[in-house]
Amino acid sequence: MNFLLEIKENLLISYKAITANKLRSFLATLGIVIGITSVTLMQTAIEGINRAFEKSISAVGADVLYVQKFEWFGKEDWSFYRNRKDLTMAQYDFLKKNSQTAVVMCPSVGTNKVIKYNDLVLENVFVVGTTDEYQLTFGSNMEDGRFITKKESDGGYPVCVIGTDIKNAFFENTDPIGKTIKVGSYSFRIIGVVEKQGSLLGLFSLDNRIIVPIERFYRLFGGKRSLSINIKAGDVKNVDETKEEVTSIMRKARKIPVGDKNDFGVNQQEAFKTTFESLTSLIKIIGTLITSLSLIVGSVGIANIMFVSVKERTKEIGIRKAIGAKRRTILYQFLIESCTICLLGGLIGIMISFPISLIINAYVLPTAMPLWVIILGLFVSLIFGVMAGFFPAYNASKMDPVESLRYE
Amino acid sequence: MENNISQERKVLIELKEIIKLYIMGTEELYALKGITSNIYKKDYLAIMGPSGSGKSTLMNIIGCLDSPTSGEYHLNGKNVSEMDDDELAEIRNIEIGFVFQTFNLLARSDALHNVELPLIYRGISKADRIERAEEALFNVGLQDRMKHKPNELSGGQRQRVAIARALVNNPSIILADEPTGNLDSKTGEEIMALLEELNRKGNTIIIVTHEEEIAHHAHRVMKIRDGLIESDTLSDKGIKIKQQSEILL
Repeated sequence: MNFLLEIKENLLISYKAITANKLRSFLATLGIVIGITSVTLMQTAIEGINRAFEKSISAVGADVLYVQKFEWFGKEDWSFYRNRKDLTMAQYDFLKKNSQTAVVMCPSVGTNKVIKYNDLVLENVFVVGTTDEYQLTFGSNMEDGRFITKKESDGGYPVCVIGTDIKNAFFENTDPIGKTIKVGSYSFRIIGVVEKQGSLLGLFSLDNRIIVPIERFYRLFGGKRSLSINIKAGDVKNVDETKEEVTSIMRKARKIPVGDKNDFGVNQQEAFKTTFESLTSLIKIIGTLITSLSLIVGSVGIANIMFVSVKERTKEIGIRKAIGAKRRTILYQFLIESCTICLLGGLIGIMISFPISLIINAYVLPTAMPLWVIILGLFVSLIFGVMAGFFPAYNASKMDPVESLRYE
Repeated sequence: MENNISQERKVLIELKEIIKLYIMGTEELYALKGITSNIYKKDYLAIMGPSGSGKSTLMNIIGCLDSPTSGEYHLNGKNVSEMDDDELAEIRNIEIGFVFQTFNLLARSDALHNVELPLIYRGISKADRIERAEEALFNVGLQDRMKHKPNELSGGQRQRVAIARALVNNPSIILADEPTGNLDSKTGEEIMALLEELNRKGNTIIIVTHEEEIAHHAHRVMKIRDGLIESDTLSDKGIKIKQQSEILL
């Protein structure tokens, strides 16, 4: 019997068998439906977390280096880094003068302050002291007004740029430009609003910030603070080269003897990525394992149903054999039946998880079910169909025609 | 005895010392203790015997549903006793048409599809299948019932579907196991008439029965007892036909 004809005929048989026992078929597919739904949703969620992460660390800038006392995700205790010598403006000036590869460079310091506008108060606003080049290192766009100029920066003018959170809190219906707010007890005139940036890893908002000239920051809030020097390499390809150069200049600036370890960190986005990936790959493996468990349970259910189905149709198998069905034909018949059930379950599972992924995308995480997840979902259900159906089908194919004809 | 009727005719089935042994636990049970017989083309044979005589086992072996423990079975010149399961399936498909007491139709399929089934297993194309199945159903008088499922048909009609299915591949033998056992006597007579007509048209028919009345329809009656052939004789009908053919000669 020709192979395609056999497949076609068996599809028809399985269609009949499945529709003849609708409730049972439904219950049989349920396990696979749940399995495929959870597997595809898990993959979609991981994809979503990845996308959310990419988006969220984009504020850090892939080609930006951060020279700081601390090393991101460093292995030492926090106090170890804290007790290092501060990074000073003098070191910043030395670095800026000597670096050939950095495109832009700016110092920044920060602290939390209470800010006020008329009667309105916001606590724990992050105040950043920096220079006019800050905007160039991050490439953040202005929603309104302009950024601090070089003149304002060098002269330490009492001006500030605010984030959208502050704008929304203080100036819901009015234009913030030109208004004066109090940072701590000092007045600053608003000259611009930075476009919404979201939050870094969902931990802290990048929009709940005020940016002021570093000169003034030092004067008002104290100068004994360690700097972060933000350096833009210009291109991701140049990051390593710039990092090397910056490290050697900083060693000179901080007078570190040859052979001693660095007492500062040159941080970059990469550190986030490596940490994140090591974390998510673990989640991925565990998640895939757990969700596959539900698939295995589902396929055990199908195997069970198939055993029952074979037993129940012993007579039919006998008739088919008497009429000339070979072992292979019977094997295919039941294999195709279990594959059809599983594929159906897979399809239903995807039909459930796809809309859910859209809901997740709309309300929770920026995600989309990738095509490969859909294809994988269907492929996996087919594989599980073969696995679940093989032994029942093999049993059926081995049945003795005389015995099975006698079966009632 | 048998030679009287079948001298010049072609041997279809050749059974040589067929033994079938069942081992049940520690007990050995000889269902067949050495059956030797020839069945000829166009024969209309009834195999008779009480239950436990071995007639069902013999039928299963003749029908290639089962293999003998020892002995040789040639069907249409082929040594069937040495074939494996799949080869036997092919032989059943091509050489044998079964008619069962309980009809054994596929409940979920209509009459046409039931008759089509042996052709499907033979790999015949769809158009050919339909044509041949329709013709077979027409020949048993069921041209109006092709799209009916078995539960929408009477017992007699179901048996006709089964006969159409048995005929559709033009088999060498039609093997009927108590074909009227589940039918009332009137319908049973109709089915026997149909089988007789098929025999007249040249089909070789073997029926297995324990009813004398049914066996009377056959031309040759083989009685089995305790796994052996007790007698193998012409029936009244067979004698009549033989006489007629001799007159013609």
